[in-house]
Amino acid sequence: MLTVENLHKSFGGVNAINGIDLNFDEGTLTAVIGPNGAGKTSFFNLITGAFRPDKGRILLGTEDIAGLSSPEIVKRGIGRAFQIASIFPSLTVRETILGAVNAHRGWHTRLARRFPLAEANAQTDEVMDLVGLTPKADTLSGNLSHGDQKLLDIALALALEPRVLLLDEPTAGMGPEERWQMIDTVHQLWQRKRMTLIFIEHDMDIVFKYAQTIRVLSYGTVLAEGKPDEIRNHPKVIEAYLGTAYEKGRG
Amino acid sequence: MRGSTVWRDTAIAVAALVVLVLLPLAFPGKAFSDFVIRLSAFAIFATSLNLLVGYTGLVSFGHGLFYGLGAYSFALMMQKLGTSIPVAFVATLGVSALIATIVGAICIRLKEIYFSFLTLAFQMLLHSIIIAWTPLTGGDQGLTGGVPRPPFLGIRLDDPHHLYVFCCVILVASLYVMWHLVRSPFGYTMRMIRDNPRRAEFLGVRVWRVRLLAFVVAGVFGSVGGLLMSLFVSSAYPDFAYWTISGEAVFMILMGGISVFFGPLVGAVMLLLLNDVVTRMTEHYSLMLGIIILCFALGLRKGLLGFVLWAWARRRASTS
Repeated sequence: MLTVENLHKSFGGVNAINGIDLNFDEGTLTAVIGPNGAGKTSFFNLITGAFRPDKGRILLGTEDIAGLSSPEIVKRGIGRAFQIASIFPSLTVRETILGAVNAHRGWHTRLARRFPLAEANAQTDEVMDLVGLTPKADTLSGNLSHGDQKLLDIALALALEPRVLLLDEPTAGMGPEERWQMIDTVHQLWQRKRMTLIFIEHDMDIVFKYAQTIRVLSYGTVLAEGKPDEIRNHPKVIEAYLGTAYEKGRG
Repeated sequence: MRGSTVWRDTAIAVAALVVLVLLPLAFPGKAFSDFVIRLSAFAIFATSLNLLVGYTGLVSFGHGLFYGLGAYSFALMMQKLGTSIPVAFVATLGVSALIATIVGAICIRLKEIYFSFLTLAFQMLLHSIIIAWTPLTGGDQGLTGGVPRPPFLGIRLDDPHHLYVFCCVILVASLYVMWHLVRSPFGYTMRMIRDNPRRAEFLGVRVWRVRLLAFVVAGVFGSVGGLLMSLFVSSAYPDFAYWTISGEAVFMILMGGISVFFGPLVGAVMLLLLNDVVTRMTEHYSLMLGIIILCFALGLRKGLLGFVLWAWARRRASTS
């Protein structure tokens, strides 16, 4: 589904991404982990067109999308949510999702007042229902709690009906209980939609519980990849990221 | 489209037009009808600027370019080409759309203050052309000889009453169209871009394209304001393209409310009233205006209408 070949990106003299080769199969749930500065968010930025790669290919199916603009990549079926919820504070939840649905369907430059359309409304209701934001449909996005803003950010990506969904630390900034609720929601979404879902996460309990496969980045390269049990016991991962304390804690 | 909403809006627009047309029966003086005609021009102009400032987050300092362009294009077509008013009207909109597309394509790729100043530069370029091209524009004296206003469809715009009704119709029609525009999918996209253009891109929105379209639409409506003013004064003057005209529109938006559709209309009423009243009371009009605007900037940032609506919503929330 999504294949990255020999991907490179540097900023000044710093090699943020240094020759990454990865493959994400269709319908899989994959975690991308690694220490701060490993290049995880840069990796997402390259896939979604926020950055243009210096070298390498990004294949969505058989099409090379490397170097395309973000709107072009979105049209091809890659959605994204951000580490810090990226929303539209002065729009209500319903308006926000409706706007995303419009953009997805190419209706966003329609000048005639044929809005909201029945189809757009129906899809908006479905997306709000998926993430549990229906009761807050008329709340201004800027007034939502942190957790709900993160959910809305994910809902925006879902409104695009993506084939590949990238979530950058969906549980960032949340308390322990809220984290598990969020990741449960994400997991249910994945089970219902069966899209290819890739998420960056620092909470290893969450990663090991939910991810089917894990990719570990370090210094812009792939340090390891495999199933949770393989990664948990991988000496290089323990040394570079998990630490011996985690190994002992796991018993 | 929600049919009932459209019918309701249309009914309100027609009712507003009827009230406006009948108002001179209660206020028969020429001063009143002149005030409403000037208000029509400025309200359309300021509301069109607010499509950029309030709805798209593009703070243009040079929107007066289109006010001046509308006034001169229309007046010159009427004077030099002898066309009919409807043809000159439509052609003026076409010229404005063309210029707005060219200027917008250059300006909208710049961000924030650079965008603001580049639009101002284009406005001052037009002003300079008007001043320098004396054989065509009359230079700093403005167009001399008046703007011919031949009758069309039984409408005689050289008759003050006909002109009054015509301006009211254009005012209501323009506000009606812009009102629907901001509630269209395009209007939602404008607000998304104002709030978070980066996120809009990640939803598949080509931000520059939407900004350009907003710039063109605002430019076209801005030119309608200038066109009405040239009809009213039967001429066009370089002041119509001077930077202060953009400043006045910004003040109208600030005073009425940037986040409310009818804020610029209320601001236009306030600024024109202030102009008419204060200039009668003192010669220090600019000083008085400066103090009043300072008060708004410091104490009433939502603008008058924005504040009233905010207070009303708060009261409703507290009682429920």
